[in-house]
Amino acid sequence: MTLGVALVAVLVIAVAAGLCARNRAKRLRGGGARLNSLPNYHALYVGLWAALPALLFLAAWAPVQSGLVEQAVLASPAGQQLPDFEMARETILSEARDIATGAIEAGFNPESTALAPIYSEASAKFAAIGGGIAILIALAGGFLALRRLGVEFRARSGVERWMLGLLLGASLIAILTTLGIVLSLLFESLRFFNLVSPTEFLFGTTWSPQTAIRADQAGSSGAFGSIPLFWGTAFIGAIIAMIVAIPLGLMCAIFLTQYAPHGLRAWLKPILEILAGVPTVVYGYFAALTVAPLVRDFGIAIGISSASSESALAAGLVMGIMIIPFVSSMADDSIAAVPQAMRDGSLALGATKSETIKKVLLPAALPGVVGGVLLAVSRAIGETMIVVMAAGLAANMTINPFESVTTVTTQIVQLLTGDQEFDSAKTLAAFALGLLLFLITLVLNLIALSVVRKYREAYE
Amino acid sequence: MIDTIVPIPTDTAEPVADERAAKMSARNVHVYYGNKEALKGVGIDIHDDRVTAFIGPSGCGKSTFLRCLNRMNDTIPGARVTGEIELDGEDIYASKMDVVQLRARVGMVFQKPNPFPKSIYENVAYGPRIHGLASGKAELDNIVEKSLKRAGLWDEAKDRLQESGTALSGGQQQRLCIARAIAVDPEVILMDEPCSALDPIATAKIEELIHELRGRYAIAIVTHNMQQAARVSQRTAFFHLGELIEYGRTKDIFTNPREQRTQDYITGRYG
Repeated sequence: MTLGVALVAVLVIAVAAGLCARNRAKRLRGGGARLNSLPNYHALYVGLWAALPALLFLAAWAPVQSGLVEQAVLASPAGQQLPDFEMARETILSEARDIATGAIEAGFNPESTALAPIYSEASAKFAAIGGGIAILIALAGGFLALRRLGVEFRARSGVERWMLGLLLGASLIAILTTLGIVLSLLFESLRFFNLVSPTEFLFGTTWSPQTAIRADQAGSSGAFGSIPLFWGTAFIGAIIAMIVAIPLGLMCAIFLTQYAPHGLRAWLKPILEILAGVPTVVYGYFAALTVAPLVRDFGIAIGISSASSESALAAGLVMGIMIIPFVSSMADDSIAAVPQAMRDGSLALGATKSETIKKVLLPAALPGVVGGVLLAVSRAIGETMIVVMAAGLAANMTINPFESVTTVTTQIVQLLTGDQEFDSAKTLAAFALGLLLFLITLVLNLIALSVVRKYREAYE
Repeated sequence: MIDTIVPIPTDTAEPVADERAAKMSARNVHVYYGNKEALKGVGIDIHDDRVTAFIGPSGCGKSTFLRCLNRMNDTIPGARVTGEIELDGEDIYASKMDVVQLRARVGMVFQKPNPFPKSIYENVAYGPRIHGLASGKAELDNIVEKSLKRAGLWDEAKDRLQESGTALSGGQQQRLCIARAIAVDPEVILMDEPCSALDPIATAKIEELIHELRGRYAIAIVTHNMQQAARVSQRTAFFHLGELIEYGRTKDIFTNPREQRTQDYITGRYG
């Protein structure tokens, strides 16, 4: 019996218990009693008690089982002869599993064929144990719940408690996943920091992620200074893109909230929102194929001989365009949130519309706008496709926007694509970069959210 | 529908006052919000040195009329004004009238105190700055001090000019808004229920202030509070359902109204 069968069995038990509960509740009502809850609530209550604890057990059991099976296989006489090297052992075990489940006919390693029957035997045993326990839990849950039914029984509030638990669980999953992401990044990063010192990574100014296969190889020493990458990221995402996005986004928001007639606004706003929905890879094409050559030609025309066809400017410009909807929708919200009384007060003093916007609305909306800009920055520095396609790979520390720079996300893509050994500093560096980028965007988001929240309270 | 002003009987006191030209005069003013007619032909004169009160039940159009006098209705989408409103004989709805200049001449104080989220000083200096009324820092300081003094806020505010205007109490905020309006040296001040968000003590202070300001500016005030109208105004206009029912000396309106509806309103029959 596999766990899948147990799963189906649990569900069948739950449905059966629920139907049984409903029938019993209907009989009680048929007997003339006025029930506290409708029969359907009784059914749901009993069904949930039968299904959920058993399902939770199954979910927890599945990973435990695979560990137990592996232990059993390793403990067997054939298993004890496996090589000690973790990667080799894992390979043989996974082949044995594939043979046992019938996914492959024969393994590359001869040992795996011998292990396969042991493997299938062990997994059948543990699946039977786990499945059996799950079915018992389902039966016990359903039975106990059924016994509680009665005329006075409050199935509705019981279901309500289950619903609360379900919703709480759903929100916890999102939060725990974030935690899991951080942890998985953290462990790989720690492995990286065993190989490369954190000081070199954080403060080094040379990025050249090479690791040698043999110690005597030329260029065996890699350099993992992340400063050029973060400079490139900030240069494109926080400087050039924002120089484009902040003024355009703000003016766009001002036009939409203050000047545009209602009909025009109804058209323009959704169009602007479409801009936010364009896949970033499409922006990437646009940056690489259209904007980058124009930028290069312009650079050469104004006498910058180092103008490259992959430039910080091209990537930054297009990223700025991509960010406009973020800036403008946040600015839009915060300008609209400035009370009408402020506007009236200024207009009644004889200020023009643009004076009112400049001197009253924008200062009052500033915190919200700043929050929006910070969110946009954190979005821009995490952005990948545009920079992969248009920014280039050379880790230059330059302030010349016509030259090629590289970003954190571009390098992560470079480090992880293709066949890579998974224990070299080169590959692990990607996780350290990812962790650092995650921390930076996290801090930016926290600042942005607190700024926005503080500002929301200002007019309450 | 009343297209002309009800003449004020001359047999009682103040014989000379009404022979002067009105500071602002409105004739046959209609206001439409979309298809809804909010004002149905109103005519009123507003004089210098005098407080004119607009009273009437909610939704009667008194605030709408007040907002016509400095064209604040222009800011409401879908609002349309017809008729004639003149300031010193000049049609304020004429195309050659500069709305921005008009609003500097006809200031306004709103129902809820609405100081800008800036310092007390900057609140008052806002108008003089945009209109270029002061040529230097000293002159601006002067205007701010004079305006705060006239608004009766100077003693309370002089040591905290750099604090935010929103940190003041409600009554102080409203006096700050009055100081802000005074600072651009207007000729007329419109007040839209200036005390409705204030406690009785703050209200008393504002009323006192209105008394003091009367000598300098023509004042029009919308109020829900009939005692207030009786206390502060010399002329009262009673609005009902978008029409001007009766306009005259405050004393006459409250003691001897000519219209039954006015009588009913001031005796509290409806409102």
